[in-house]
Amino acid sequence: MVYGPHTPDDRSRMLGALGIGSVDELFDVIPAAVRARAMDLPPGLTELELMARLRTLAGHNRVDLASFLGAGVYRHHLPPVVDQVLLRGEFYTAYTPYQPEISQGTLQTIYEYQSLLAELTGLDVVSASHYDGATATAEAALMTCRATRRERVLVSRGVHPQARQTLETYFAGANLACDEIPRVVEGRDAGTTDLAALMRLLDDPGRPVAGVVAAQPNVLGLLEPMGEIGRLEHAAGALFVAVVEPVSLAVLAPPAAYEADIAAGEGQPLGIPPQYGGPYLGILACRDPLVRQIPGRLIGMTSDADGRRAYVMTMRAREQDIRREKAASNICTNQALCALAAAVYVAALGPGGLRDVAATGAARAAELAAALADAGAPRLHPGAYLNEFAVRVPDAISVHRRLLHRGILAGIPLAELEPGDPSLADGLLVCATECTTSEEIELFAWALRDELTAQPGLPVAASGEGNR
Amino acid sequence: MSVTGPKLQPTLFELSGTGRAAGRRIPAPPADALDRLPVAARRAVPPALPEVDEASLVRHYVNLSQLNWGVDTGFYPLGSCTMKYNPKVNEWAARLPGFAALHPLAPDETAQGTLEMLWELEQDLAEISGMAAVTLQPAAGAQGELTGMLLVRAYHRARLDLERTDVLIPDSAHGTNPATASMAGFRTVNIPSASDGGVDLEAFRAALGPRSAAIMITNPSTLGLFERRIVELLEMVHAAGALAYMDGANLNAILGRFRPGEAGFDVMHFNVHKTFATPHGGGGPGAGPVGVRGPLIPFLPAPRVLREPGGTFRLERPGERPASIGRMRAHVGNVGILLRAWAYIRAHGAEGLREVSDDAVLAANYLRGRLEADGAYEVPFPGPCAHEFIASAAGLKRATGVRTLDVAKRLIDKGYHPPTIYFPHTVDEAMLIEPTETERLETLDAFADALLEIAREAHQTPELVTSAPHSAPVRRLDEATAARQPNLRWRPGNRAELPNAG
Amino acid sequence: MIPSDLHYTKEHEWVRLAGDVATVGITQHAADQLGDIVFVELPEPGRLLAQFATFGVVESVKAVSDLFAPVAGEVIEGNAGLLATPEVVNSDPYGAGWMLRIRLSDPGQLEQLLDAAAYEALTAEG
Repeated sequence: MVYGPHTPDDRSRMLGALGIGSVDELFDVIPAAVRARAMDLPPGLTELELMARLRTLAGHNRVDLASFLGAGVYRHHLPPVVDQVLLRGEFYTAYTPYQPEISQGTLQTIYEYQSLLAELTGLDVVSASHYDGATATAEAALMTCRATRRERVLVSRGVHPQARQTLETYFAGANLACDEIPRVVEGRDAGTTDLAALMRLLDDPGRPVAGVVAAQPNVLGLLEPMGEIGRLEHAAGALFVAVVEPVSLAVLAPPAAYEADIAAGEGQPLGIPPQYGGPYLGILACRDPLVRQIPGRLIGMTSDADGRRAYVMTMRAREQDIRREKAASNICTNQALCALAAAVYVAALGPGGLRDVAATGAARAAELAAALADAGAPRLHPGAYLNEFAVRVPDAISVHRRLLHRGILAGIPLAELEPGDPSLADGLLVCATECTTSEEIELFAWALRDELTAQPGLPVAASGEGNR
Repeated sequence: MSVTGPKLQPTLFELSGTGRAAGRRIPAPPADALDRLPVAARRAVPPALPEVDEASLVRHYVNLSQLNWGVDTGFYPLGSCTMKYNPKVNEWAARLPGFAALHPLAPDETAQGTLEMLWELEQDLAEISGMAAVTLQPAAGAQGELTGMLLVRAYHRARLDLERTDVLIPDSAHGTNPATASMAGFRTVNIPSASDGGVDLEAFRAALGPRSAAIMITNPSTLGLFERRIVELLEMVHAAGALAYMDGANLNAILGRFRPGEAGFDVMHFNVHKTFATPHGGGGPGAGPVGVRGPLIPFLPAPRVLREPGGTFRLERPGERPASIGRMRAHVGNVGILLRAWAYIRAHGAEGLREVSDDAVLAANYLRGRLEADGAYEVPFPGPCAHEFIASAAGLKRATGVRTLDVAKRLIDKGYHPPTIYFPHTVDEAMLIEPTETERLETLDAFADALLEIAREAHQTPELVTSAPHSAPVRRLDEATAARQPNLRWRPGNRAELPNAG
Repeated sequence: MIPSDLHYTKEHEWVRLAGDVATVGITQHAADQLGDIVFVELPEPGRLLAQFATFGVVESVKAVSDLFAPVAGEVIEGNAGLLATPEVVNSDPYGAGWMLRIRLSDPGQLEQLLDAAAYEALTAEG
């Protein structure tokens, strides 16, 4: 057996105690017609072989590129203390804390995570986490429908397309409607939520709106008029869902400041490596009056029989195992270990450190914007941004590929992120963080200038000098 | 549980002090870095996050971890959770920079290693389950269930059959099943179980009809029993035009012995954090891949991982498969977790996986036999069981007043994590015990001895049991106040006794 | 002993009639089964209820149960005190633990309910 302890002797003893000759007899209950034939899988590898194969596979991924790619997943400095904590077996091999007396470790760390995110968002109730930012956004939208008993939600196109698509999938299952709020196409507010369109969409007495979902910063990196959006839709009796990026909350006005009712967001930037898509961390928070609508686990502080402070999963009657078909959501888990990572990260940075991460990203992004504009790729939109923005690059998909072969991951072509929007066809979405160096920025700008002034059809120089 | 040493800890906020260095993690940004942002968009009041030096931070977490019980601590016989050993090589694998640092939106050509691994995992799971195709997208078993039921919905709508509004679910099912059915827009029809714990075929037959979209069955069941009437049930379901969904939570009992897709299930989910040993993490993250037979393939979530004729791999492009139900979440899946499952399968091969189920089922039957022989607890269903079994303290409660909850808490004093209790709801004072295949025989015997000792204590000194645990870091908690006056975040001046600083 | 002057339902609600106003709550038996009650969700005044329709939810630490209107009528008020002290449903279910007052639309419906003896018999079996 690969990871198990049973010797042939152990097995005979167990069989003997059961009075049977072979373990096959324990499977006789399976009807003969549906007994499986042998599985056709590659033979089992020894640990040495397995590690070699894993190294080979890992080696086929390019993680050495000078990366300017964000779009919801960001490269940050990960203090090694985070992983050290995650590697404690008592944390990562524990189950859901159903027996609180022997789970105070997990319970307190999640309570602390809830508290830290409450500080960052300004909202009082933070769930023990959802699967990721996209599903948290979908669940937040469903919350607005439950709370208002209305059946229609408006989602700004400033919200990440993957979150919007997830929301659509969830809404289809729930037979609820979601309509898009377009972005402004031209002028000073280009790329942000179209407030006039929002007003028109809200003004439909036959189809009242349960909630409005907008992101800050939005998917194009731009800062949205969240206060205005909130005012407009509260006037129509709808709830406000703000989709936020947690590191930015160190320096940007938080959801509480612009009267959001619910906040959702992707917690990956808080100490979780990119890992090609997950596991990530769904942040979900709400104002106190909505606490009974929030799906997922909640950890609360209480006392034990001797009066000691202790932590426990609470308000569990809302959850699926008790409410069953009437549960708000079927979620049975949370991303506990990822929430732990986020808590350790925020604690390891401290308020000043987190602010510095956000501010350094902003500074690097300004440097990047200037360098790219100089190289012939100005920003697509004039509005304020934090650390991510779109630049105009003709034939962006092809330029992106050529830069890739020079060792530069030049963000993402907007045409790939948002295939349905022709106004974004000639654009790249790029970002900078505290990990972005001036050398990388110079390299990017130099290579881009080269590409933009090169004649189409000429061969590209082999990558080699492109690697950092 | 012997917990010498670990002490309760104050919160991070109580450890905080202005100016306590959190370490110089990154160089300071320029002072004017944020000046270009409009004042209205900026944060007026900084968040009151704790400032803690790294040494105190580490002590905080190390001490907290010692208040916890994991598989790495000791026996964890939580029925339906499959708390098997989590191999450390998988932790090493997930942390390789080639895997960990890869951005999900990076071009396919830069992600060939991960894409190949994901594609292989899809093939592996399809082979293990006898399904035609697998999606790795769902983030958890419950999300896999939702995916599966949305596939059912899409299938019937594509056939223009909009009358199929019902999902039939046995009353012994896990709560996620009916919750999922509701989320997918279906009405749950609860079907009582037969007295032998299996599905009541006649009840199903009566309930199946033109309004039935699907049944959701856990097999082996939540009672730890293989459904002996599965062939008839599946025939009945298909004859009614409905689909059969299998909750794959109990796959650890049937690896190499039963392949759901081959047997006739149309769709199922896997819990990789159960069967395939990815760590539970204190409640997550996991992953819930979904397997389907041919007719459901067009509806699978997008994007799928594809292999090109030349042997390279890519993700499906947006719009490439219009019948897809869309996305269940951002990106392609919980890749870090899926990688661990891939490694587990590679380490075992077909023979190794079959041996896993053999040993899991043997261990469960052995432990069951020990309790059945003694009689202190009822073992309601005649054997053999699958990889887990139900015992009940109903008789003990009648005789002594000591309930399953008390037995569970007293097990903590004996050095064990309690089994699953009060699930499934169909058995009174239930304990669902799943030893898994990675526990030594001595441990199984010692656990049986401990349970039997508690039964004796229940007769002789019941107070000892009903006021347990005595040796855990905290005693029984006031859950009523926690629910009535929820305290879900730290505020200065929180009530309840402050523990001595660790 | 359960109050003899009340009517009862199979779902463990009780009704006390005064003129055309019916006061509704759950029985001690129900409260005991639920355990420590932590939350009660009640309808808004003015809502119209059909007989046996769901009017709310009662939540305990480990369980949750729908509440069914024993008689049809218009909601006059819910017991606002339960928001702060839901535990009074456990300690005084027939008095301070009352849940709802309804203006009765059809007094004849009371005849379809159980009297004290019939309810006692029902719970004795369970």
